[in-house]
Amino acid sequence: MERILEQLPRFLSQRNLVLLAEAAGMTLAMTAAGCLIGFLLAFVIVYLRQTPGRWALPVRLACIAYVEIFRRIPFLVIIYLVLFTIPLVLRDASLFVIAVVSICIYATAYISEIIRGGIESVPRQQVEAAATMNLGRLQTTLWVVLPQAMPVIVPPAVAFGVSFIKDTALVSQIGMFELTFRGKELNNQGYSAVLVFGTIAFVYFLMSWPLNLWGQYLEKRLAAPRSQRRRRTLRQP
Amino acid sequence: MPHLEVRDVVARYGSHEVLSGVSLDVDRGEVVALVGPSGSGKSTVLRVLVGLLQPVSGSVRVGGQAVDYRSAGQVRAIRNRMAIVFQQYNLFQNMDVMRNVTLAPIRIKRRDRREVETLAVALLERVGLGQKLHAFPDELSGGQQQRVAIARALALRPEILLLDEVTSALDPELVNEVLDVIRDLAREGMTMILVSHEMAFVREVADRVVMMDKGQVIESGPPAEILDAPRTERAREFFGKILRH
Repeated sequence: MERILEQLPRFLSQRNLVLLAEAAGMTLAMTAAGCLIGFLLAFVIVYLRQTPGRWALPVRLACIAYVEIFRRIPFLVIIYLVLFTIPLVLRDASLFVIAVVSICIYATAYISEIIRGGIESVPRQQVEAAATMNLGRLQTTLWVVLPQAMPVIVPPAVAFGVSFIKDTALVSQIGMFELTFRGKELNNQGYSAVLVFGTIAFVYFLMSWPLNLWGQYLEKRLAAPRSQRRRRTLRQP
Repeated sequence: MPHLEVRDVVARYGSHEVLSGVSLDVDRGEVVALVGPSGSGKSTVLRVLVGLLQPVSGSVRVGGQAVDYRSAGQVRAIRNRMAIVFQQYNLFQNMDVMRNVTLAPIRIKRRDRREVETLAVALLERVGLGQKLHAFPDELSGGQQQRVAIARALALRPEILLLDEVTSALDPELVNEVLDVIRDLAREGMTMILVSHEMAFVREVADRVVMMDKGQVIESGPPAEILDAPRTERAREFFGKILRH
């Protein structure tokens, strides 16, 4: 305890704080980038997975395989897989790219299950009505199904992203300069582990708590009947 | 030649045969009512006609042309000539009334936006909802939603309008506002096939009543004949049950 108090002024030097802030920014940036791209790719996966017809069977199987496999592999293993396979496609990939690709692969698999659940929550009759009016599959999905599925999709997807902020600590294993990696560094420089990792724990909390509140706000707002939400007349086609 | 000609149509849900050889003619401007116990296949006939359920065998002709329901293009073409109104209205919950009515005519049929919007307002005024153009479905009563659904179907300018138990999900006091709209359409000569349990209404608007049971047509003729003097035992039993009270 004495040691911690003695180290505290030196630990909280401007240099260290900037370092930690940058590392926190890096953690947020790669989580946000990975999850956002993953969110979009997840839509593609779900859409392809629901392609009707016999000729599309391989496509459907590939999508199912992707989702089932990557949801069942530890995230750390995905990181190593990406680390060692990415040079085959992309030379000199930065650690940031590797981290984002890993997060993206994992997030796509997870979020696609969330999206599929959301889409299945929309009554089948909505799709039938659209079909009898000659809306195509993509049009029905974009105009009718997704707008109604979003309130079901967004809250758990945001919750996934927020909880993933902490799981990204694993990319420190490959030397990515994110929060946990900086912590290890400072620890190696002789600062008390309790002090360093206590601070880092606090920073993780500071990042995810407000986002979590935002997620809860979204959930409430989206749960309100459509007529009571702010009208977005601009989007009328 | 009848405008719509259905011959020996067989349809299945999985291994369960729901239509076992249904034949039916509808002339231009005619109102045909499909009646019968639940599970007799009335609604299924409409679902087959709009291509929601592919028939296993049999033929459907519209305006003399055979329709191949295995062809996506022909299904699209047939859906351009028919519109269906569902028991549960099925309005798009994420769109206001105007957009529900104008979406398909503008975005799918590529008709002129102004012209469609003018038509939509006229149709909605006609069904008594001129004040609700920008309401969302969850702000409307069942009867209002169903009237919007009828306006939405009419905005497609169908040759044949299919009405699938359109009052069955409504509270009793809301039934008449919907029936009034249909009565008007019948008077104007709209070709309609309606599935209904409202026998008094069927008697009033239908030119012909088709009685179905167990996936087959068992009787067909003018309302007075079918409702008052059914020939088959099965029909007598059915009407005896529902007309008694």
